[in-house]
Amino acid sequence: MAVHKRSYRAYAGALSPTWSRFTIITRYAYKNLFRSRALTAYFVCCFFYPLGCAIVIYVNHNLSLLTSLNIREVLAIDADFFMRYLAFQSAFAFILTAIVGPGLVSPDLANNALPLYLCRPFSRTEYVLGKMAILGWLLSLITWIPGLVLFLIEASLAGAHWALENLNIAWGIFIGSVIEILVFSLLSLAISAWIKRKIGAGAALLGVFFFGSVLAEVINSVLETKNGYLIDLGKLLTTVEGSLFGHSAPYGISTSSASIALVAACVFCIALLERKVRAYEIVVG
Amino acid sequence: MTPVIELDGLNVRFGQRDILKDLGCSMSGRAIGLLGPNGAGKSTLINTLLGFYRPFAGTARVFGHDIRTETREIRALTGYMPETDCFIASMTAVNFIRMMAELSGLPSEAALERAHEALFYVGLGEARYRRLGTYSLGMKQLAKLAQAIAHGPRLVVLDEPTNGLDPPARQRMIRLIREMRDTNEVSILISSHLLRDVEETCEEVLILKEGRQVHYANLEEERRANRRFLELETVGGDDGFADAVSALGCECALTSAHRMKMVLPESFAIRELYRLAGERNIQIRRLSYRRDSLEDIFLKAMESTNGRP
Repeated sequence: MAVHKRSYRAYAGALSPTWSRFTIITRYAYKNLFRSRALTAYFVCCFFYPLGCAIVIYVNHNLSLLTSLNIREVLAIDADFFMRYLAFQSAFAFILTAIVGPGLVSPDLANNALPLYLCRPFSRTEYVLGKMAILGWLLSLITWIPGLVLFLIEASLAGAHWALENLNIAWGIFIGSVIEILVFSLLSLAISAWIKRKIGAGAALLGVFFFGSVLAEVINSVLETKNGYLIDLGKLLTTVEGSLFGHSAPYGISTSSASIALVAACVFCIALLERKVRAYEIVVG
Repeated sequence: MTPVIELDGLNVRFGQRDILKDLGCSMSGRAIGLLGPNGAGKSTLINTLLGFYRPFAGTARVFGHDIRTETREIRALTGYMPETDCFIASMTAVNFIRMMAELSGLPSEAALERAHEALFYVGLGEARYRRLGTYSLGMKQLAKLAQAIAHGPRLVVLDEPTNGLDPPARQRMIRLIREMRDTNEVSILISSHLLRDVEETCEEVLILKEGRQVHYANLEEERRANRRFLELETVGGDDGFADAVSALGCECALTSAHRMKMVLPESFAIRELYRLAGERNIQIRRLSYRRDSLEDIFLKAMESTNGRP
């Protein structure tokens, strides 16, 4: 089908590997996302705190600088330090999710584009994976990747023994971030799939966290229990992440209950996506 | 040669509602038409062939690939132009078609090249850097066609391709479809409720009514077979004339008091008709060769009771 010939020609060339196809929509989404200067600026801001942490770690190990400033230690570089890092970056990650997430599936639904994606050798699972990867990579870049870089900086400055003694911190950063990314991505995808308007989807995402938190407090005070926190995604994440850093149940709900509640939330989101991410809806009746 | 589409007792059910009922035929033409009134099940059949709906019973095969087990293979061989508006309004046409070609498996560079080619081919070359949201209805239809052919599929499925097009745009679409058909590099499945579109482009036609297959016709064969199809208008005692013509081996049917249709045997000479008319003092006012049009076929199929042939 050469331009000058203007006739139909079948394609007989090489094909891309099947496993890599889900990355195509991720790549195109990034091209589109980073056209926005505001988003690019915000994304850059997300690296300020890790940069600050890196400076703190460096200063902490710079004896001459500490002596000249007449201080013994800036901050203890321990599990609490990295947990604070993760909590701070989680807030950035949540805001980034609220900006990017609503626009993931809703435009495809609003434009009826799903049949065009799914009529190709490209499954619904790959579509969802591709959309999740958009947030997955963005959030990874501001959570566990800089977190592990900080851990490696500290390990290189404090020595191998520190790294070996604190391997659970690296594990905590990675697993805590992955759980958070999974919950944020699935939740924003599910909301984006059910609410076609981007603004509405963004508001719903914020609502799930904030109204969930308020509702949890109401349930706790009315029923005089702590189980209300089981619907507060923020507290569930904090509980699970805390346990990874050696903190036990800050809100009175066990780590296992919080984990189960998070798994249930993820399964619910997957069920919502399963229902909505289809080429055509089947009207039964 | 492997048939393009084989339907094998295909049933599709949504809830308790049977949408497609026991479809069965084999189609090998370069251009296959799916005809039927609204709600006949044309789009459902297409969506089932593409694997969007699961068959309740029976199955179908596209180029020998079973729709129950080889959906991915079928989709790799197929390009689909949906009936409804389907595109991402904020993307430029070339980017959109490139992405769709990449999703079909083309490497990035090849996809870009073919996206440009497809847009030039359908006549959107000059508008390829415009956002799809700014396109007119006719341009959107062409862009949908471009995304369906950009990856060079073996089967292009077009669901109501001329919907909403003005006459020149419709002519352009029909011309493109015929051009593609005549390259012999691609088979085309066209779903339409417009008889003219199907008649102008298709070699085979499957007519559906209320989810049932009411007629399958190989238009090419029928066109050939109907070469000896006559339409006659007379003045005089037609009954005796019809009997006499029948006695000579013609199939004869009176369509009104003075009009009749007849299928002539291979060796039949037209002068025999004049001789019979002369003997009976009947005037032949009009005599024309006329093949069964798709409209005739369609109307006959629609007249069948309960959707059964």
